[in-house]
Amino acid sequence: MTLRFAPVAEHALLVELGETIDDATSDRVVALDRALAASPPPGLREVVPGMVNLLVDFDPIVTDHREIEAAVRACLARPAPEGRTGGLREVEICYDPDLGPDLSAVAEAKGISVDDVIAAHLGGDYTVRMYGFTPGYAYMSGTPAAIQLPRKPAAIRGVPAGSVIIAGPQCIVTTLLMPAGWWVIGRSPTRILTGDEDRPFLFDVGDHVRMRRISREEYERKSAENA
Amino acid sequence: MTTTRLRVTFAGPHVSYQDGGRLGLMRFGVPESGPMDRTAHAAANLAIGNPAEATAIEVSPAGLTVECLEGGVTFAVAGGGFVMDHAGTRASVWEARTLRAGETLQIRRGHWGSWTYLALAGEVQAPVWLGHTATHTTSGFGGGLLATGAEITVEDSRIEPARERSFPCPVFARPTGHARIVLGPQHHHLQPEAITALLYGAHQLSDSYDRMGVRLRGPTLPMRDALSIPSEPIVAGSIQVAGDGVATLLLRDHQTTGGYPKIATVVAADLDRTVQLRPRSRIAFDAVSPESAVRIARLHARQREAWLATLSKRR
Repeated sequence: MTLRFAPVAEHALLVELGETIDDATSDRVVALDRALAASPPPGLREVVPGMVNLLVDFDPIVTDHREIEAAVRACLARPAPEGRTGGLREVEICYDPDLGPDLSAVAEAKGISVDDVIAAHLGGDYTVRMYGFTPGYAYMSGTPAAIQLPRKPAAIRGVPAGSVIIAGPQCIVTTLLMPAGWWVIGRSPTRILTGDEDRPFLFDVGDHVRMRRISREEYERKSAENA
Repeated sequence: MTTTRLRVTFAGPHVSYQDGGRLGLMRFGVPESGPMDRTAHAAANLAIGNPAEATAIEVSPAGLTVECLEGGVTFAVAGGGFVMDHAGTRASVWEARTLRAGETLQIRRGHWGSWTYLALAGEVQAPVWLGHTATHTTSGFGGGLLATGAEITVEDSRIEPARERSFPCPVFARPTGHARIVLGPQHHHLQPEAITALLYGAHQLSDSYDRMGVRLRGPTLPMRDALSIPSEPIVAGSIQVAGDGVATLLLRDHQTTGGYPKIATVVAADLDRTVQLRPRSRIAFDAVSPESAVRIARLHARQREAWLATLSKRR
């Protein structure tokens, strides 16, 4: 199994646990993240899980790369702490064509009907693998092979917040009006940036996510409530 | 309890509220944000008796003019070689004064520097996001940008004549045109000549410069196999090389992950002064070992803290 340490300036260590994106590697990332949270070494500032690696950020006044590497190795040598499975969250999605403008393109590219695309998306087994790019963008794995497509050749501007977008095995519910090169297949009123001080982000890395289809009426009502 | 109100009679682009920044949320896609030049921000705050990480106003070279509508407040401006016109007199920044009702304060670009900080004695009121007023400019979350016509409110504002003085920019906070870097973490995804080009080529900051980062102009840094590396966490100071071989130095509002290789990372001790360089300034990168980088950080922290401690004292 891959295990590589790369220094990042004087204040972080990038711990690489695999070469390619797969669930086994991501599970190891999540396990190490939890182990470091359970027994943080002195000077630890922040752990940022990626797809195949973690960034361990530390205070260089207190510690250094070598001590942090030793702490990471000790965590890897111990059995993984409790709570490995993650919580279960729900995301509500309306698949009306104007909210999911790429549904028909995905259907056409895969040679299936729009209803098949929606059914496949609802049937996926999603896990939050990391947050990235911009606040609240939770990268989920689990988009079924039946609807997997590479990203578009160029990003489309002005994709609204709440868009449900897919590319390859990944799925994101967007939080900001941003350009996106992924396929937009629906819209969700579920807020990932919750606005709740005690739990400002809906997901933790490692959480499982279930998608639930809602009607246009329900979407409009919940969007208005959450605005 | 006094309240001071200011009106923004002019604000250029990229003028924002910033407190010390929000640490520890990169795992949720949220970078620290906060001041581009942390030392100058802390200095302006401490000079007038505020906590080092209090909310202040970050001013870009486009400048800021405010008029005091009501109350009065001791203020400090620090960062770069900006110029201020206060109530009819001109001064360099790195100075604390008192702004009184009816007076105008204009802050504008001077001989050097890209960012300066207006700190106001008291509690500057600004929207809070995730516990901080630091503005994340990509989303607009946090305190936000200041536009012409806006009002600035300072609660519990103080007038402290004993703090009015100048506190010149220390040598360690001035830009040198050199930034120390640690190579990696993905320099092995680039051709060996990319590293030579980074270390020995002539580089400049380009005009494509904002709080997210600054694109560099210089020799192309050729890739090896790097366009398919999995997206991974990024820090402020990362030098990321895009598919066309052009490097970008990522700054406070950086995206938290990215799939382009990072050829090197600027040490935190050199980032504050590096952001004070202006577009078209030359910049050279000096590689140091991770061990040296830790020593540099410790030395810098001692110097910085000793100097900042002198500012907290009244005259």
